[in-house]
Amino acid sequence: MQPDRHEISISVNGTAYRRSVESRTLLSDFLRHDLLLAGTHVGCEHGVCGACTVLLDGAPIRSCLMLAVQANGHELSTIEGLASDSGELSPVQRAMHEHHGLQCGYCTPGILMTMTAFLKQNPSPSEEKVREALSGNLCRCTGYQHIVDAVMAAAQAMRAAAP
Amino acid sequence: MKPAPFKYIAASSLDHALTLKAEHGDEARFLAGGQSLVPAMNFRLARPAVVIDINGLDEVAGIDHGSTIRVGALTRYCALERDSEFLGCCALFADALPHIAHPQIRNRGTIGGNLSHADPASELPAIAVAMEARMRLKSARGERVLAASEFFQGSLTTDLAADEMLVDVEFPALPPRGGVCFMEMARRRGDFAIAGVAVIVTLDMEGRCSKVRLALCGVGDTPVDASEAAAPLVGQACADEPIKAAAAAIQATIEPAGNVHASADYQRHLAGVLAQRAIRTAYQRAVHAA
Repeated sequence: MQPDRHEISISVNGTAYRRSVESRTLLSDFLRHDLLLAGTHVGCEHGVCGACTVLLDGAPIRSCLMLAVQANGHELSTIEGLASDSGELSPVQRAMHEHHGLQCGYCTPGILMTMTAFLKQNPSPSEEKVREALSGNLCRCTGYQHIVDAVMAAAQAMRAAAP
Repeated sequence: MKPAPFKYIAASSLDHALTLKAEHGDEARFLAGGQSLVPAMNFRLARPAVVIDINGLDEVAGIDHGSTIRVGALTRYCALERDSEFLGCCALFADALPHIAHPQIRNRGTIGGNLSHADPASELPAIAVAMEARMRLKSARGERVLAASEFFQGSLTTDLAADEMLVDVEFPALPPRGGVCFMEMARRRGDFAIAGVAVIVTLDMEGRCSKVRLALCGVGDTPVDASEAAAPLVGQACADEPIKAAAAAIQATIEPAGNVHASADYQRHLAGVLAQRAIRTAYQRAVHAA
């Protein structure tokens, strides 16, 4: 069988890309192998662990459960786009750093993308809501308490910084 | 953990999608939210030769509010969660949606994909059966409408023919003096339920049950309609005795198989406990609504 290829145009972190992809290429692999944006991690590849979470048109999704060809015409945000060009961390990234929200860091990109979208929708979340939002991301190192602390702190910092 | 090769076609219209499916039959799969199909393809449990992407078909997405509520197959869980009018009319969804996987999954997964996948442990098939939903199936040959109870044939098996698509689902609105409740128990948040119960209680003017609908998930090959077992509640006000008797009858009706998370006995026990709690809550909500 000849590989079934398609031309796609997508925007990732504001940069437009045009590529030819095989139909069976997962979005997660496309980001890592074709665009060399390896910050999106691949864990379970069946939608359980959340390591591959990216934002599709602003909403968090599992990039291992979407074909790259399906992202044609859409806007993606990945972990590479969170810090500013000068390297300044986003509020959630900074809070994760300050509150020891990561150890090995494998799950961290997915958690940061999930929580970035969550805090945009929920600027004043309860701790319970944060835990619920975190339920789709597995972390096997730190436990979740420090991550929850970080998200609560980030929410507070973002509220304080808001005009 | 990568899909086997396949031919991908983005359908440009419902007619286009149905023509393609008629042409390729069982060799082809419709791709909606992909939250069940893509993991199955990653594991190579599913190896369709052709994948027909229906994500561009706005004609099968969205919620129509009329005397009944019609939900297009491509409507995503997140759209249901955000539609307060829908959640008011179809209040079982308000209870159940938070149990369906995680936000990332709910941003993609669709009601039509869920129901067509027909996982007996999933919440929505049981809710469709409890609500007596009507499923509209379309093919290039025409269309037909099936009751939810006829649609689900077995584990991961529906009455859909090789050339058919579930295009929308019609839910009757919650009747006046109606109360609902969905409850489930899972090992971890977002996992499939060990057992779950969906119940709709309608009260008469005196506050006695005039109709009860009850379906369970996770305890059989299909969603289990246990409305008959619960029927002795009709004519009864909310009281411990009849509710306990109904739960016992429900426990006697189901035949859970047991799984890695729970023995069959535990599933049966859980179904009884959840049924009692859910029936009581549905009664209370119906009283509140009256």
